[in-house]
Amino acid sequence: MTAEQRKHLSVLAAIWAALIFAPYWMPLFGGYTALGSRVLVLGLGAMAVNVLLGFTGVLSFGHAAWFGLGAYACGLTLKFLAASTPLGLLAGTLVGGIAGAILGILLVRRRGIYFAMVTIAFGQVFYYIAFQWQSVTGGDDGLRGFERQPLDFKLFQIDLLHNDLYFYYFVLICFAVAIGLMALILRSPFGHTMIAIRENERRARFLGIPVELHIWIAFTLSCFFMAFAGALYALLNNFADPRMLHYSLSGDFVIMAVMGGMRRFWGPLLGAIVFVVLQDYLSSVTVNWMSFIGILIVFIVLFFPRGILGLARRRSTA
Amino acid sequence: MLELIFFNVTNGLIVGAFYALMAIGLSLILNLSGVINFAHGGFLVIGGYLAYALTPYLGFWGALLVSPFLTALIGFVIERLLIRRLYGRDPLYSLLLTFGLAFIIEDGTRQIWGANGLPVSVPETLMTSLSSKFFFITGYRMFMVATVAVVVGLLFVLLRYTRIGIRIRAGTLDLETVAALGVNVRALRSLNFAVGIFLAGLAGVLAGGQLGLEPTMGDNLLMPSFIAIIVGGVGSLTGTLIGGLLIGVASGLTAVFFPSASEAVIYVLMAVVLLIRPRGLLGEEGMLT
Repeated sequence: MTAEQRKHLSVLAAIWAALIFAPYWMPLFGGYTALGSRVLVLGLGAMAVNVLLGFTGVLSFGHAAWFGLGAYACGLTLKFLAASTPLGLLAGTLVGGIAGAILGILLVRRRGIYFAMVTIAFGQVFYYIAFQWQSVTGGDDGLRGFERQPLDFKLFQIDLLHNDLYFYYFVLICFAVAIGLMALILRSPFGHTMIAIRENERRARFLGIPVELHIWIAFTLSCFFMAFAGALYALLNNFADPRMLHYSLSGDFVIMAVMGGMRRFWGPLLGAIVFVVLQDYLSSVTVNWMSFIGILIVFIVLFFPRGILGLARRRSTA
Repeated sequence: MLELIFFNVTNGLIVGAFYALMAIGLSLILNLSGVINFAHGGFLVIGGYLAYALTPYLGFWGALLVSPFLTALIGFVIERLLIRRLYGRDPLYSLLLTFGLAFIIEDGTRQIWGANGLPVSVPETLMTSLSSKFFFITGYRMFMVATVAVVVGLLFVLLRYTRIGIRIRAGTLDLETVAALGVNVRALRSLNFAVGIFLAGLAGVLAGGQLGLEPTMGDNLLMPSFIAIIVGGVGSLTGTLIGGLLIGVASGLTAVFFPSASEAVIYVLMAVVLLIRPRGLLGEEGMLT
C-alpha cells in the first residue's frame, strides 16, 4: 500500500466515523439529530447535482424539480397507495428519475448557458403543477397527511417516526448505498468518459464517443440520485411542498457543490454541511438571513470559486 | 364567447408585451456578456419601488421617467463592481452571482418597504375605461402597451442605426473581432448592461401600476421572460419580442378554455419549440449552444 493510498483510506475512515458518530458529537456544537439527517439528504442532493456539474461539466440549474418530484411521489405513495417506507422511496426515485430521463432527451443537445436556462424553465413546470393541482398536491399548503412507516423485518420492527436517532441511521445507510453506487459509476470507464467530455468535448467527439448519449445517461443517473434524495427528504419532514421544486432550491444545491469544491467527490457534502448549518443558524437569529446567504454566495463566487476543498488542495500542492 | 376570446387575446398581448420588455433586457445582457441575469427580477422590483418612493415628489410621470434611469445606474455600478470580474469565466459563476444578488435585493426591499404589497397611484386619466363594451381596455393598459412599443421601437432603431448599437450587435456575433478593431469592449458591455437594466426598471414601474408592488413580484415575471428568449431563439432580439408576445397570447387563450393550465401552457409551448426547432423561432444556429 502506497503512502497516498494510506492517506486516502484514513481520510475515508475519518469521514465515515464522523458521520456514524454525528448524533453523539453534534449536540456539543449545538446541533441536533434531525439537522444531521437534513445535512445528509441535502448533501446527497448536492452530490447528485455534482455528477453533472463537477464530473460532466454540464450546468443544470433545475435539479430541484427531480428532488421535489421524488418527494411528492414518495409522499403520495405513502398517503394513498401503500404504507411502506421502502416502497415510498422506490416510487419517489422511479418517478423523479424517469421524468428526468424523458425530459433529458429534450435537453442534451443544449450546452452551457443555454442548457442552464432550459433546465431552469423545465424545472418550474413541476413547481406550477404542484402549486396549481390543489386536489392532489395540496397546492401552496403542501402535501400533508403521510408519515414515515416503521421498517418491518417480520421478527422485529424499527420505529423510524418517533425515534430521530433510528431515522438518522436509516438516512445514513441510504446515503451510503447511494454514494457508494455513485463512486462506482464515477470510477468506471463510463465515469472517466464523462470527465473526458468535461475536459474537452470536441476531442471526446473526435475519439468517437457519443457525447449526447453520455450526457443523457449522466443526466438521467443524476436525476435518479436526486429523486432518491427528494424521497428521503419527504420522509424526513413528513411533508412535501412546492418550494422543494422551485429553482431557488436548485440554486442552493449548485451553491453547496461549488462551495465545497465541485471537482472533488466529497466537496458537495462539505458544502451542504456549511450551507445547511449556516442557514439553520442564520434563520434562527435574524429575519434578514436571505441577505446573508446572498452575500455569502457573492463572496464565494468572487473569492473562492474552487470551494473549500479546492482551496485546501491548492495549499497542499503549493 | 367571441367576446371572451377577444378579451383574453387582448389581455395576452398586453401581458406578452410586458414579458417581451423584460425578456429583451435579459436577452441584451445574455447576448453580449453571456450572463444569465437572475437578478433581473430584482432590478424590476427596484424600479417599481423607486417609482413608489419618488411619486410623492415627482408625481407619477416624473417617477416613470426618473426611476428606470436610477435603476440603470444601480445596475451599471453593480456591473462595474461585481459582474465584470466574471467575464470569461465559466457562466456558472455569473449565474450564481446574480442568483445571490437576487436574494439580497429581495430581502433588502422587504427590509426597507415591508413585506406587504404597496399600491402605486396611477393618474386618474389613465384609469378610466376607454369603451363601455370592452371595459377591460383601460387607459393604463393601452398606455403600458404604447410605452413598451415606443421603447422597444427606439431600442431597435438605436441598435440598427447608431454606432454604439451597431457595435453591440457586432459584439453579439464576435466580440473578439470587435475588440481587435479597437472598440472598448469593457465600456460597451457596461453600457449594454445598463440598457438591459433600464428596461427591467421600466417594466417594474409599469407592473407596479397594474399589479401593485411586492418584494417577490420579480420572481413570477422572470420565468416567462426566460421562456420568451428560449422560444424566440437565443441571439435574436426580434425573436425574443415575438416569443414574449406569443407566450402572452398562448397563456391568454388557454385561460378561456382551461384556466388552471394558463401558466403551464407556456412551458408546453417551449417544449414543442425545443422539439421541432431546437434553436428557437429566430435563433442563430450555433449561438450559445
